[in-house]
Amino acid sequence: MKKITSKGLSPYRKNEIISYGIAILGFAVISVLRSLGMVSSSLQGQLVPICAYVIMAVSLNLVVGISGELSLGHAGFMSVGAYTGIVVSGIMGTMGAADPVRFFAAVIAGALAAGVAGFLIGIPVLRLRGDYLAIVTLAFGEIIKNIMNIVYAGIDENGFHISTKSDYGLSAEGRMLLNGPMGATQVDRISTFFYGFILVMVTLFVVQNILNSRQGRAIMACRDNRIASESIGLNVMKNKLMAFTVSSALAGMGGVLFGLNYSTLLPIKFNFNTSILILVFVVLGGLGNIWGSMIAAIVLTVLPEALRQFADYRMLVYAVVLIVVMIATYNPAIRSRVSAFAEKYLRRKKPDAAPAEGGAD
Amino acid sequence: MIFLTNLINGLSLGSVYAIIALGYTMVYGISKMLNFAHGDVIMVGAYISFCGTSYLGLPAWVSVVLAMAVCTALGIIIEGLAYRPLRGTGSLAVLITAIGVSYFLQNAALLIWGSAPKVFTSVFSGMGSSIRLFDGGLTVTWEAVFTLLIAILIMILMTMFTTRTKMGKAMRAVSEDNGAARLMGINVNSTISMTFAIGSALAAVAGVLLCSAYPALMPTTGAMPGIKAFTAAVFGGIGSIPGAMLGGILIGVIEVFGRAYISTELSDTIVFGVLIIVLLVKPTGLLGKKITEKV
Repeated sequence: MKKITSKGLSPYRKNEIISYGIAILGFAVISVLRSLGMVSSSLQGQLVPICAYVIMAVSLNLVVGISGELSLGHAGFMSVGAYTGIVVSGIMGTMGAADPVRFFAAVIAGALAAGVAGFLIGIPVLRLRGDYLAIVTLAFGEIIKNIMNIVYAGIDENGFHISTKSDYGLSAEGRMLLNGPMGATQVDRISTFFYGFILVMVTLFVVQNILNSRQGRAIMACRDNRIASESIGLNVMKNKLMAFTVSSALAGMGGVLFGLNYSTLLPIKFNFNTSILILVFVVLGGLGNIWGSMIAAIVLTVLPEALRQFADYRMLVYAVVLIVVMIATYNPAIRSRVSAFAEKYLRRKKPDAAPAEGGAD
Repeated sequence: MIFLTNLINGLSLGSVYAIIALGYTMVYGISKMLNFAHGDVIMVGAYISFCGTSYLGLPAWVSVVLAMAVCTALGIIIEGLAYRPLRGTGSLAVLITAIGVSYFLQNAALLIWGSAPKVFTSVFSGMGSSIRLFDGGLTVTWEAVFTLLIAILIMILMTMFTTRTKMGKAMRAVSEDNGAARLMGINVNSTISMTFAIGSALAAVAGVLLCSAYPALMPTTGAMPGIKAFTAAVFGGIGSIPGAMLGGILIGVIEVFGRAYISTELSDTIVFGVLIIVLLVKPTGLLGKKITEKV
């Protein structure tokens, strides 16, 4: 079944090209506009967070859309990555490493730490199903956030210190890295849009190659029918754990990019609402649809800024838009009417664009 | 004595969680959806009661009834406008819509009442000061006593409602098998609306009780108790009414004891940690039914 004989590209390949295309085109357009000085300062400031959210959305899609498990704690892995990255970057900064070296060392460390966290959490958690899995991932997200709230770390001439107490004997010349509930302080802002673009491409490469591989098909088989996949000899637990671990590592990478973009970073930034925000990107973009997640992440990050003319009402408008879009996309009556309309006027047989309904049911 | 004080505080906080968890669990049981906007209905209820007493000068109990009425209407409207169009499309779509409703309620409250915390006057403030026992060694607030009593009363009423009345039986039938219930002549739409109405009225009560004990009222007041109550519902076995009660009270007690004896910062971590351990040992919650999977 590998060879698609019908004309054109296989749907996998097509989706891959679309998502790489969005990333490259987005980067190119923004770069050109920036060199012409046509990017507003508010959008400038959002470029790195947008890249980080795209990475978060695509990586969460691997768990929710492709592996079919509802995870409500994705921001937890983001914070593990962010704080690991900040610490590594801080230590290397005192040793005088160049910015790109620091950044990519931080990315690797952050991805590793978050991947290990995802693996350890995944082992017990993935034994649960559906909504129970959702609540436990939520709980882990909150636990990670609370632990970050009591971690203090710093570096001075005596080396690296880490503690759960605020007075851990950092000398006066020392450099504070993590300050408990105040989060990371004095972070060197070394993330750039270009690094963000590279990490987005890495994420797309990893996720899409998994999708279009034997492993990826196994993961989707486990999502579609657990019992059938078990009976043909697939190790459901192993496949789901792999998807979960890769997704966490990528989330850690997104976290590093995000964390190194701000001079201070509070642990509360990575609370339940952030996990939910990322989930909204994934569901709105279509479960299992990689470029859908990208578009949703970009649009929904820019939307609150774009709605600034509504001033106080903007979050209210955002909420209404979210509800209306969800109903318009998922309501069966509206959907059949839209596809009938498309067939009639676009004179093109539309393939059923129904998003995969995996996950929490 | 400190132990007893903590126990009573824990039971009282747990009772609030239990009342909220009842709403979660009933809605989950009947429509298999996680209603994330439930926490914000609590907040709306508390604000309505606050407005009733502070602006309109109503007696406390009238303001509570008013809050319940408004929240009931709100619950029915939310279900009809936001959730009904998505019924049967998989729980994730409804989950995101519920999040949208939650954002909407929080931001509407922000516009109406502002972000500055309102100081909520306890509805039991007319009862006089707290009860002192053992020569002042043990102080129990009226809020704690009444919260516990009201929670027990609600539990009894809900159990009677679901087992004795026609509507309650219809609810259980719909949650068991939607299609079969329809064939038996049960109006599924109105039954689901009724469930949301009851859940939201309970949320209003919970909001008033919560803010009587912890008086700072903000648009985000309902969010964290909402999550905790959701945890409580899962802890006790989601879909089960006694389970929600038990889960709520346990979560409250664990939280207060964790804060008192282990660490203030880590009390939530302890709550969630216990939840994880319980779910790993008993994956359907304490009182949840085991569902065998069929091919």
